[in-house]
Amino acid sequence: MIEDFVLQCPIPLDDNPTVQMGHGGGGRMTRDLIEKIFLPAFTNDLLAPLHDGAILPPVGGRLAFTTDSFVVRPIFFRGGDLGSLAVNGTVNDLAMCGARPLYLSAGFILEEGLPIKDLWRVVCSMADAASVAGVRVVTGDTKVVDKGHGDGIFINTAGVGVIETRLTIGPMSVRAGDAILLNGDIGRHGIAVMAEREGLEFESDISSDCAPLNGPVLALLDGGVEVHCLRDLTRGGLTSALIEISESANLPMRVEEESVSVQDGVRGACEILGLEPFSVANEGRFIAFVPAGEADTALRLLSSGAAVIGTVDPPGTQPPLVRVRTSLGTSRILDLPSGEQLPRIC
Amino acid sequence: MKYLDEYRDAATARTYAEAIARVTTRPWTIMEVCGGQTHAIVRFGIDTLLPPQISLLHGPGCPVCVTPLEVLDQAVDIAARPNVIFCSFGDMLRVPGSQSDLFQVKSNGGDVRIVYSPVDAVQIARENPEKEVVFLAVGFETTAPANAMAVHRAKEEGISNFSVLVSHVLVPPAMEAILSSRHNRVQGFLAAGHVCTVMGYTEYEPLARRYHVPIVVTGFEPLDILQGVYLCVRQLEEGRAEVENQYSRSVRREGNQPAQELIREVFTVVPRKWRGIGEIPASGLGLAPPYAAFDAARRFQVDSHHAEENPECISGLVLQGIKKPQECPAFGTKCTPTHPLGATMVSSEGACAAYYKYRRNETVERSPSAAVGGAAP
Repeated sequence: MIEDFVLQCPIPLDDNPTVQMGHGGGGRMTRDLIEKIFLPAFTNDLLAPLHDGAILPPVGGRLAFTTDSFVVRPIFFRGGDLGSLAVNGTVNDLAMCGARPLYLSAGFILEEGLPIKDLWRVVCSMADAASVAGVRVVTGDTKVVDKGHGDGIFINTAGVGVIETRLTIGPMSVRAGDAILLNGDIGRHGIAVMAEREGLEFESDISSDCAPLNGPVLALLDGGVEVHCLRDLTRGGLTSALIEISESANLPMRVEEESVSVQDGVRGACEILGLEPFSVANEGRFIAFVPAGEADTALRLLSSGAAVIGTVDPPGTQPPLVRVRTSLGTSRILDLPSGEQLPRIC
Repeated sequence: MKYLDEYRDAATARTYAEAIARVTTRPWTIMEVCGGQTHAIVRFGIDTLLPPQISLLHGPGCPVCVTPLEVLDQAVDIAARPNVIFCSFGDMLRVPGSQSDLFQVKSNGGDVRIVYSPVDAVQIARENPEKEVVFLAVGFETTAPANAMAVHRAKEEGISNFSVLVSHVLVPPAMEAILSSRHNRVQGFLAAGHVCTVMGYTEYEPLARRYHVPIVVTGFEPLDILQGVYLCVRQLEEGRAEVENQYSRSVRREGNQPAQELIREVFTVVPRKWRGIGEIPASGLGLAPPYAAFDAARRFQVDSHHAEENPECISGLVLQGIKKPQECPAFGTKCTPTHPLGATMVSSEGACAAYYKYRRNETVERSPSAAVGGAAP
């Protein structure tokens, strides 16, 4: 909660209450920002030398490397904020490669006039998320753009992780007969952000599912499950994830609508707004493709909200379709939303 | 989930599907008027639960689809002006005008905003007195009361920087246009439950008598639609032509009278052009004379130049139930939701978009197991 947040900003507010162009100028003000905000928050021995880049120790295994940029409005929403999103998003992309996330970079583009206390809050949230996920922010960069040329704060994170499994995890490994697992209920992140942005009030509090996924993924791998493919459900939701993998693997899929858990509040909001829960964004959900015989083991290793939601079929029609069996026992095909999901008229 | 799951119960749906199959002895063609019903039918595969003798035709009740090109062009024209904040319901933004759409205006720097209620647009006008705030007031009788309320409130509070670009349409004249066409195939109607929540259903009674056609006021959940079809088929089989109310949990015969009074206060019945169909007499609402000052078309002096529909688009025939979306040669090839030729491919309630989204592989999708009685619980 915003009200509960105890502000411990190391830069006196009356001194520099907002970000100024000088903070990106490379001079004393930039130095101040690094020393008073970034270093205290992200403190670790790889970052401490403040060299042009971080020098990392050797790791035993293949590397996974990814990058993602984060631009959410509003910056703070129920269940998370831009900071936790920027860490978890990249951690999750690494986890989907079957990697153990190790190091992150953090690039900030700040808009002139951003309250320093907001920056501090975001940075603290990044530090907390990094600590939960067990990764370190080892290098970074800050730029400041003129007021009106940014949206408060944009963050880019890149991440490196080590792959300790011998499995090849990706759409090419998906096989007909694989079970499709989902690690929890869907749609909360998208609805929470939309509610905050549009000032919509629902009777139930819907909070983002934003969370790191390296824990559950490593639990599967360490538990010996032969994971064929992993995909986190972000923009485009479950719909995009299923269709993308189906197309890459060139295999059709079947999903049982009833087995996909959607919180009542999310369902209600989607009904009112004319949105499809399957296509709403998530930040802490993933699907895993595993051999059918290992589905029960995999479910035991995941959280209690996990479920088998469908199966991969043998090759058939072209292009391969993802079909949903509805609660009425009928079937429909799943289709990518053509752009942004738009609330409908009536 | 309360108020949702009870209307989506598989066992009850099967019971209704079986009951429909039992009473059906001949082929019947029934039109669901509202795009929301079309969406539910295709999304839940309700038509695949019906006996093969029943064909459902999709009606003109998609507000996004029937808003004429000229109005969209006017909207684009106004929205692109420098001092304007242009407000609209979300799904109007992607609808193509003859040259551009509101999303393009937005990406070119126009201040185009999605609102969830027209009253929000009035609030934006209150907060931005130096700007002209325009709301695109489209839709059927369902959205008319809220749109009327926005104008009424703006007048009461003297908010002079607010105006509406109106293209409201009415359901009964469109149904009459379909019934009186020589191409008509419709033998029974599922009337739009939310339109009737506002208007009641007395105005459908003369239509049922004159054209000897059963009209069942129907809701939007799978069981509502199945029950509506059941009531309609029973009337057809018994040779009756009455107005029945399936959606009694929301609709009363006389409708919502305060809402109707507000509509009558702010709007007046006018002839209206329907996209793809043409002009239908007395089929729309325009601002009544005391509210004429809030007419954006007049305030911005946008002329209603004639715009040509893409000749390859058959949306007019689809909206009148004469053709099904897949009968269009452009369906799924030249015309997709990302590159729509006509509005029925844009709105989530448009029949073409619904078929594209859930059914574009019809032959594959119509498996025998989904036929009556074969549906698993």
